[in-house]
Amino acid sequence: MKSLFRRSDGPVLQENQNYYRVLNRKMVTLMIVVSLLPLIVVSTIVGYQFHASYQEKIHAHLEELIQKHTQNIDNFLHEKLNDIRVLANSYGLAELTDEAFFQHLLTVLQKEHGGVFVDMGIVHQSGRQVAYAGVFRLEGADYSNAEWFKVAMEAQYYISDVFLGLRGFPHFIVAVKRVWQGEVYIVRATIDFVAFNSLVEHIQIGRTGSAFIMNREGKFQTRPKTGVKVSNETFAAQIARMSSRSAVSQGQTKAPILVRHDAPPLALRSRATIQNAVNISEIMDEENRKQICVMTPLKDGEWILFFLQEKADAFSQYYRTLNVALILLLIGAIGIVVTAFAVSRLLVSRIARADAEKKVMNQQIIETGKLASLGELAAGIAHEINNPVAIMVEEAGWIGDLLEGESFKDPDNYAECQRALKQIQTQGGRCKQITHKLLSFARKTDPSAVDVELNDLVREVVSLSEQRAKYSNVQMETDLAPDLPPIRLSPSEMQQVLLNLINNAIDAMGKEGGRLSVADWMEDGYLVIEVSDTGPGIPEANLPRIFDPFFTTKPVGEGTGLGLSICYGIIKKMNGEFRVKSAIGQGTTFQIWIPLAGQKSRPGAQDETESKKEIQL
Amino acid sequence: MSVANVLLVDDERDFVSAMTKRLTKRDLEVSQAYNGPEALETLSKNDSIEVVILDVKMPGMDGIETLREIKRQYPLIEVVMLTGHGTIESAIEGMKLGAFDYLMKPCDMEDLLGKVGEAAEKRRKHQSKIIEAHTREIIQRRGY
Repeated sequence: MKSLFRRSDGPVLQENQNYYRVLNRKMVTLMIVVSLLPLIVVSTIVGYQFHASYQEKIHAHLEELIQKHTQNIDNFLHEKLNDIRVLANSYGLAELTDEAFFQHLLTVLQKEHGGVFVDMGIVHQSGRQVAYAGVFRLEGADYSNAEWFKVAMEAQYYISDVFLGLRGFPHFIVAVKRVWQGEVYIVRATIDFVAFNSLVEHIQIGRTGSAFIMNREGKFQTRPKTGVKVSNETFAAQIARMSSRSAVSQGQTKAPILVRHDAPPLALRSRATIQNAVNISEIMDEENRKQICVMTPLKDGEWILFFLQEKADAFSQYYRTLNVALILLLIGAIGIVVTAFAVSRLLVSRIARADAEKKVMNQQIIETGKLASLGELAAGIAHEINNPVAIMVEEAGWIGDLLEGESFKDPDNYAECQRALKQIQTQGGRCKQITHKLLSFARKTDPSAVDVELNDLVREVVSLSEQRAKYSNVQMETDLAPDLPPIRLSPSEMQQVLLNLINNAIDAMGKEGGRLSVADWMEDGYLVIEVSDTGPGIPEANLPRIFDPFFTTKPVGEGTGLGLSICYGIIKKMNGEFRVKSAIGQGTTFQIWIPLAGQKSRPGAQDETESKKEIQL
Repeated sequence: MSVANVLLVDDERDFVSAMTKRLTKRDLEVSQAYNGPEALETLSKNDSIEVVILDVKMPGMDGIETLREIKRQYPLIEVVMLTGHGTIESAIEGMKLGAFDYLMKPCDMEDLLGKVGEAAEKRRKHQSKIIEAHTREIIQRRGY
């Protein structure tokens, strides 16, 4: 019921449009949030999972690759060192220093290993090379100051870093210490850098993935295939990180760089050992691109095999999938947004239409209610008109009587005629008044508000009801405050409300009659109109329902149950409110409170769902 | 003797006075009352009244109640009801309560005179029958 009259027309049209706009916005927001949120959450979770598993896959792949190559390199170095060891252990000094035989051995090795061995030599503990086979003619060369020589003298076996050495080519040395005739000799072989390099260069993945070897000092042991744009500091940090990690994981203090004396060099490591040593991290290169950096120690940790690949390259497939998914997500989101807008616009326009229809219906209900209250008045009105008409008829008849025969000439009769005519005129005037009053009410309800003198309006309605009250033995009294300011409202609607209340009061008092008083006054910026009767009162149980439509205590066919609900709607529309006081056996008082100023300004008045109901028992 | 001795009851004084003049001119004896209690009071004072012309709709004690009271106290007095359009039902109710007839207001003078005449006739017939009966009773009692 209350929502039936939620909005009034005319001045609130602007407000209505605003209301629909807000409604539209709320619906759109709700729909978008409700449909997009799960979509986003699900895609985020799935995306994250996908990313994690993809990363795992990539890492596993790289690890596998690096492991394999590490093993290859391990094998390579191991093999070369073993060759030299076999060589040193198989022959005596005399055989090895025989130049032709030594050269023959080199040729055999080169044949076996495809030119990996560049040359071979035997160096005396003094640093002098006593035998040499190869192309560089280095017989008699003095290595006593060479770094590798010093280190090799202390270890059983030795593999040097890559260096330029005497010949000015990058190479490295595989050396085995051997004691012959009480003197220490070192059998050494030079490994071709290019051959070794190609071993590492083969590790290539994607567009940017490449591998290289570095020693602990950060010097390249093989050439990186593509330009490495990673600063030395980054490498140093990575190396430091790895060595600390391996130190921790192996429970060692920082391992000495040098090869151990007794243990066989470069023991072939198991796959698991290598796997443990593989270290994957992400670093930023100098161009601020993320690089996946895979590291694994080689040669007892002296060298480090690096593999670098741009993350974007490694994850290119992932990013492609991600892009497709994002585009799909975007299209879906756009679809949802468009649908949300379209659907809510459709719904709001439907609601607006329904509201408009409801408004028309409300107007019709008001009209119907008015006709009903008019019907209640009809009997009283008919009698009211009938009386003067009857008098007129009788007076006219009396004139007719007087005019019969010669008595017309009698001056007394003449005066009587005049009096009777005057009476007819008076009664005719009465009829006119009554019909005018009736017409003023029967007119179509005009909801437009005008400035109204409330007292005039009240008097008009009271006078309209007076006849009915009189025949119901109801004494009507008014107590109207003078000097009330004019109030802006629809007079025909207000009339209807008052008439309804008065009719109800008269009905309530029934045959016994009673006293009905109508009063108005000003209080707290409100105009208050009070209609109170001395009827039987409204039972407490009925009190909350009196404003409900179709609630009536009258027998079927007599009351529509619409009167008060229509009144409620009308008063709500004016932002006013109803207060009802009722006491069993003492009567009922209805008060209408209408805000005088700023009739639209009272916040919450529109939404108030219940009128204030005071119960006094 | 007049055509009829009537009591006119209506709350509209102007109506009563105009009507009284017209009825008087037509040789009717007219008494006036402006409401129910007054009518009953007049009846109690004046037992020559034969017909009451009674308006149905009156403030206070209305026509139906007045009729009921009249019929209770003076069953032989005939009552002609005057009614408006909206109160035909009460006129019919009045008939059930023993009213002689009813007329719609404003009524035609000839109709009214006719009804009142008939009512007075009936009343007089009743009256004479009662007298006759009384007389017979007395004769029977004495002359046996």
